[in-house]
Amino acid sequence: MSIATRLDHARPGTAASNHPDPSSAQHIPRFPSSSPALSNTPTPSDHDQDLVVVPRRQPLLWVAVALVALALALFVEQLVTNPVWDWPTFAAYFASRSVMLALVETLKLTLLGVVFGFGLGIALAAMRLSEQRFLNAVAFGFVWVFRSIPLMVQLIFWFNIGYIYGAIKVGVPFGPTFFTIPTNSLLSAMGAAVVGLALHQAAYAAEIIRAGILSVDAGQFDAAEALGIPRARRLFHIVLPQAMPSILPNAANEVVGLFKGTSIVSVLAIPELFYQVQVIYGRNSRVIPLLMVATVWYIILTTLLSVAQHAIEKHYARGRTRGGRAKNSANPSSPEGTVGERQTADRVVRSRAVRSRVGRTMSATQFRLALQEAMR
Amino acid sequence: MSPLLQRVRTAPHHERHPSATPGAMVELRGVHKSFGTLEVLRGVDLIVRTGEVTAIIGPSGSGKSTLLRTINHLEKVDRGLVLVDGELVGYRQQGNRLHELSPRTLLAQRRRIGFVFQNFNLFGHLTVLENLVEAPVHAQGRQPAEVRALALKLLDRVGLADKANAYPRQLSGGQQQRVAIARALTLEPALLLFDEPTSALDPELVGEVLDVIKQLANEGSTMVVVTHEIGFAREIADTVVFMAEGQIVEQGPAAQVIDNPTHERTRSFLSRVL
Repeated sequence: MSIATRLDHARPGTAASNHPDPSSAQHIPRFPSSSPALSNTPTPSDHDQDLVVVPRRQPLLWVAVALVALALALFVEQLVTNPVWDWPTFAAYFASRSVMLALVETLKLTLLGVVFGFGLGIALAAMRLSEQRFLNAVAFGFVWVFRSIPLMVQLIFWFNIGYIYGAIKVGVPFGPTFFTIPTNSLLSAMGAAVVGLALHQAAYAAEIIRAGILSVDAGQFDAAEALGIPRARRLFHIVLPQAMPSILPNAANEVVGLFKGTSIVSVLAIPELFYQVQVIYGRNSRVIPLLMVATVWYIILTTLLSVAQHAIEKHYARGRTRGGRAKNSANPSSPEGTVGERQTADRVVRSRAVRSRVGRTMSATQFRLALQEAMR
Repeated sequence: MSPLLQRVRTAPHHERHPSATPGAMVELRGVHKSFGTLEVLRGVDLIVRTGEVTAIIGPSGSGKSTLLRTINHLEKVDRGLVLVDGELVGYRQQGNRLHELSPRTLLAQRRRIGFVFQNFNLFGHLTVLENLVEAPVHAQGRQPAEVRALALKLLDRVGLADKANAYPRQLSGGQQQRVAIARALTLEPALLLFDEPTSALDPELVGEVLDVIKQLANEGSTMVVVTHEIGFAREIADTVVFMAEGQIVEQGPAAQVIDNPTHERTRSFLSRVL
């Protein structure tokens, strides 16, 4: 039975008794110029080109827009008119020398935390991915412990390390001691802050980097091994660059988090941004404008970090796009030119064999490995 | 570093195994391999003579790919010996003991064996030329200029000279596989291994890759090709090996194994794929 005759039966009137709900079918209007008999090519009407699309009206949406705009205007208005913001004081301190010095301190803490945190994170990720059970377990334990302790608690521990261990002795366990360093001279408040931030960061960085490495196709490791590329180069030039696209968004979150997290270090009386504004408003009691000084700086620098993130992501995205080239469009002829008749016969055999496998093979341009390959 | 010292540092240390068969490029003796409780290779013996092309055919899961991967030690064997060019792969024998080679020696061994993967495995973040140059320059320590010239020549041979600066993802599957073959050739290997080189390709792209492999076969390269392309195997292979359930069921000249198989298992497999 052809489609046309089947549809004829379904048309209202002809086969109403067969239809479960004939009334619903009757309400579908027929487009005036649609062709009466079904064929594969439509019959164009002269007026098809003159039709204009009119968007649906959404009056409620405009009400919502107006309400939000009003709320925003009120917010801006009170920023200007409410004397509590005290903008002159904000302006006086925003770029003051003490605030700038504190800002440098904050940036220093962030930089050291990121460098040591991610450096240790790479090592921990490598340990977690190694087949050596002990190293694996130690890395797991590290991540478990340092992810479990609140940063503030950890910082105070490190700050008091001299109280817990009076001195660090280097020697053989249960054996002779070679030399002794008093802990307080080894770890200043700044040192305690950097150690705390770095260890805390390392636990998170390790997991982010590990996830990134796991996201790289197993075939890439195989290929690097088969080509005899040494281990370090394999990690830093083959695997990590390809892991970066999935590491970067998470890592950027962490860096921003660490940057703002440096404010916690104020509990150790380190003159970073947040501590410094507290000191100033402790002296002059202008709490709100000074908090705004810190807030605006945090916003500015986080924005700069986001810009940097975008640039770095763009760098590591190389080779990840098809670059607007059509899929198999330019498929140059085989290097040997014409294919002989004997080969044509083979190709028939071949394509039959291929067709029987098409269901389970992946598309030629798709790179992901089949699951069984990943299991090897 | 002086060129001489560099030479010494990267020179492959080559030690012929006393019991190696003369003229054999690949020699597998009693190779066993298990993944957990699954025994994938159950005592495989195989010889591939220098200059010969061997095709391995057989049903999925018969251990073909695993066998190929043991030849360059991508899979460690549980039992048995793997010799390439007379040299024990992955180990050094002292009396009754097999000592695992240092990573550097193992990697040097692998560089004498070219491997082409089913899924090409080109480095996606590097251009085609960078893919080719990577191992010779950074693992073998050869001169970049010399390697680049060689790489461009090889790309020309596989018909992709104009794609040197493209990224793998901008190429079709067939083109990627031809780049992968060129990449394996930059190391000037003594042996080439192909692991189902056309299985991930759309049917219309299979021919261009097979043509390149055929060309290599005609030039006298020693190759082991795991393939589902029975017609292709018959055309290029000096020896066809049929594997099933981790063992070699039958091997011999293509005309014999494919056209007049003696084993029932081979016959039933061929009747299903031909």
